[in-house]
Amino acid sequence: MTLAAPDRSSYWREGAGIRSWLLTTDHKRIAWLYLTSLTAFFFIGGAAATLIRIELVTPQGDLVSDDVYNRLFTIHGIVMVWFFLVPSIPATLGNFLLPLMLGAKDLAFPRLNLASWYVFMFGSCFTLYAIVAGGVDTGWTFYAPLSTVYSNGHVSMAAAGVFIVGFSTIMTGINFIVTTHKLRAPGQTWFRLPIFVWTLYATSVVMVLATPVLAATLLLLVLDRIFGIGVFDPTKGGDPLLFQNLFWFYSHPAVYIMILPGMGVVSEVIPCFARRPLFGYKLVAYSSIGIAVFGFLVWGHHMFVSGQSTYAGVVFSFLSFCVAIPSAIKVFNWAMTLRKGQVSFDTPMLYALGFVGLFAFGGLAGLFLAALGIDVDLHDTYFVIAHFHYIMVGGMVTAYMAGLHFWWPKITGRMYSEWLGKIAAGLMFLGFNLTFFPQFILGWLGMPRRYHTYPPEFQVWNVLSSAGAVVLAFAYAMPLLYLTWALFWGKRAPNNPWEASGLEWQTTSPPPEHNFDVQPVVTGPPYQYGGQAAEETA
Amino acid sequence: MTDEPVSKAFDEVGREREADTFGMWVFLGTEAMLFGAVFVAYTILRLKYPEAFGGGSEKLSMWLGTLNTAILLTSSLAMAVAVESAKAHALPFARRMLWITALLGAAFVCVKGYEYFDDMQKGLLPLLGPFHYDGPDSAHAGLFFNIYLMMTGIHAVHLLIGISLVVYLALPIRIPPGRQPKRIESVGLYWHFVDIVWIFLFPLLYLVHP
Repeated sequence: MTLAAPDRSSYWREGAGIRSWLLTTDHKRIAWLYLTSLTAFFFIGGAAATLIRIELVTPQGDLVSDDVYNRLFTIHGIVMVWFFLVPSIPATLGNFLLPLMLGAKDLAFPRLNLASWYVFMFGSCFTLYAIVAGGVDTGWTFYAPLSTVYSNGHVSMAAAGVFIVGFSTIMTGINFIVTTHKLRAPGQTWFRLPIFVWTLYATSVVMVLATPVLAATLLLLVLDRIFGIGVFDPTKGGDPLLFQNLFWFYSHPAVYIMILPGMGVVSEVIPCFARRPLFGYKLVAYSSIGIAVFGFLVWGHHMFVSGQSTYAGVVFSFLSFCVAIPSAIKVFNWAMTLRKGQVSFDTPMLYALGFVGLFAFGGLAGLFLAALGIDVDLHDTYFVIAHFHYIMVGGMVTAYMAGLHFWWPKITGRMYSEWLGKIAAGLMFLGFNLTFFPQFILGWLGMPRRYHTYPPEFQVWNVLSSAGAVVLAFAYAMPLLYLTWALFWGKRAPNNPWEASGLEWQTTSPPPEHNFDVQPVVTGPPYQYGGQAAEETA
Repeated sequence: MTDEPVSKAFDEVGREREADTFGMWVFLGTEAMLFGAVFVAYTILRLKYPEAFGGGSEKLSMWLGTLNTAILLTSSLAMAVAVESAKAHALPFARRMLWITALLGAAFVCVKGYEYFDDMQKGLLPLLGPFHYDGPDSAHAGLFFNIYLMMTGIHAVHLLIGISLVVYLALPIRIPPGRQPKRIESVGLYWHFVDIVWIFLFPLLYLVHP
C-alpha cells in the first residue's frame, strides 16, 4: 500500500510502507484501513447476492441446491449487515471526518480506534472461516431453536465472528461519544455542530446501548448450541421467543445505526449544492435523537406473527408509526432546503437526491408493514425484502456513495471524473429500482422470502429483478474503478472544491497529519450558504 | 508534574483525564446493557418456572454466597480508599490498598471455584457432571442451575479482568505519577460496577424462596 500518491505535507506523507499504516493511530489512516476492508466485504456480500439473483432467474432450483441457497442468503445477510452496513459510514467517513468537523487533532482515544479495526479484522476471520468451511444456513437472524439445535452449519463460528465485531462497534461508539463531548473547537456549541456530527452521535449512542444486548444474546446462543444450557431450547423449558425479543431489541435499533449516518451525509450535501442553509436545522438535529430513542421501542414489529400477544402487537404497531414522524421531518426539511435554492447537480448531489427519493419510498412501504393487519399478510414475503433494501441499499449505500464523492477530494486531494460519476449515480438509481421494485410486486402477490424455487407465474418479475441486479453490479463496480484511478492520477483538488462550509474544508486537501495548522475557532452556525445561516438560538 | 497528554488529540492533560473518566462511564453503560440482557433472560424463565427457581436456589450454598458478598464489598472499600488516597497524592498507600483489593478479588474467585466444585459433587451442575436434584419441578431445575453457572461465570470473567487491571496499577511500573490517580479512578469505577452486579446476582440466585 505504498501509495506514491498525493503531495505536500499531508497525512499520506507521514511514513510509507505497510508498517506505518498497520501501526498508525491517525484517524485518517484508520479510516482507510476500514475503507479497504469494508470494500472487500461489500463485494463478498455482493457475490452471494449475485448467485441468489442468478438462481432466481428460473422457477426451478437449477443452479444451487436448497441447502446451498440457504447458505448463500445467510452469508449475504451476515456480511452485508455486520461487516459492511453497520460500520460503513461511521468507521470510514465518520472516522475521517468527525475530528476534522470538530476542529480536533484526532479522536479522543486514537489507540482504541486502531484496536477497533484489529478487533474487526479478528472477528471477520471467524466469519470468513465459517463461509469457507461450508457456511451457515440459519439466515442472518440466527433464530432458535434452528440455530441452537437443528442447524448443521457453522453457527458457532459465524456467531463468534459477529460477537467479536460487536466489540469493535462498541469501541467506535465510545470513541465518537467522548470525542463529540470533549474535543469540540472553541465556540462550537452543540447547535453549531454539523448534522453529520449529530447523526454520528445518535448512531454511537445506539451502538453503545444496543450492541451489548446482541453480544449477550449470541453468547447465550453459542452456550446453548455447544453446551446445551437450554435458555432458548423449548425441550428443556427454554423460550425461543426470548431469543427473538433479545435479537430484535438489538437488530431493530441496528437498522437506525445503518441509516442515521446516511441521513447525516445527505444533510451536508444538500445544503452545499442548493446553496442554502439547512432548513429547520434544530428539528433535523432533534429528529436524529428522536429516531435513536424510538428505535429502541419498536422491536416487536418483527414478531407480529411469532406468537407475541395481540396487545403487544398493537402497541408495537403504534410505536412503529411514530418512527415515521422524525423520519418525515428530515425528508420535508431536505425538500424545503432545495426550495428556492440554486441547485446544481454535481455527482454527490445526484446521489443525495437519489437517497431522498429511495428512502422516502422505502419508508412509506414501511408504514404498510408497521400496520398490524397488513403485516400478517406481508410477513416473510418479498415485500419485506424490498422494503428494507430500499432503506439499506437505496438509502444507506447511496448515501455512502454521496459521502465518498463529496469528501473524496478532501480525503485524497484528487478529483474524480465528474462525467463517470454522474453516469454511475444514474445507473445505480435505475439499476436499484429495477432490482427491487419488482420485489414489492412479488411480495404483494405472495412470493415468500428464502425459497430457491417459486411458481412459474412469478418468473417475469424475478427476471426483471435479476436484470436490474446486473445493472446495479455494473454501477457499483464503476466507482471502485474511477475513484481508485482518481486516487493515483486524478486532477489535484483545491482545498474546498465545492465551496462548502464546515471546518473540514478549511484545512488543506488532503489534510496534514495534525489536521489543522491553526486551531480553528467557530463563530457562527453551520451551513453558511448564500449569505444566510441556519437559525441559531442559544 | 509536567506530563503530556497520552493521546495526541488533547492539548492539555486535564481535559484528557475528563475524557478518560467519561469514556469509562460510557463503557459501563454498555456493560449494564450486557448484563441487562442476561437478567431479562433470568426474569422470563423465573416467571415461567417459579418452583424450579425457588427449589434450585435453596440447594445453593447460602453461606459461601454470603461470604463472597462480604469479601467483594470489602474489596470495594479498599478500592474506594485507594482512589481517594491516590487523589491525595499518597501513592504508596494507594498501591498497598490496590494489592488488598486484588487479593480480596482473588479470594472471591477461589471461594467461587470451591463452590462450583462443591455444587458439582452434590450433582447440581448438569453441565459439568451428573445431575441429582430432589426438589420441586425437577424437569426445569436444570435450567436454573445452568443459568446460575452462566451468570456467575460471566461475572467471574469480569472480575478476573478487574483483578488484572488492579494488579497492573499496583505494580511499580513507571507511569508518570500525575496520571496515576485518574487511572486508578477509572479502574475503580469498573471494580465497583462488577461489585454492584454481584449485589444483584446474590439475591436473585441465592435468596429466592419458593
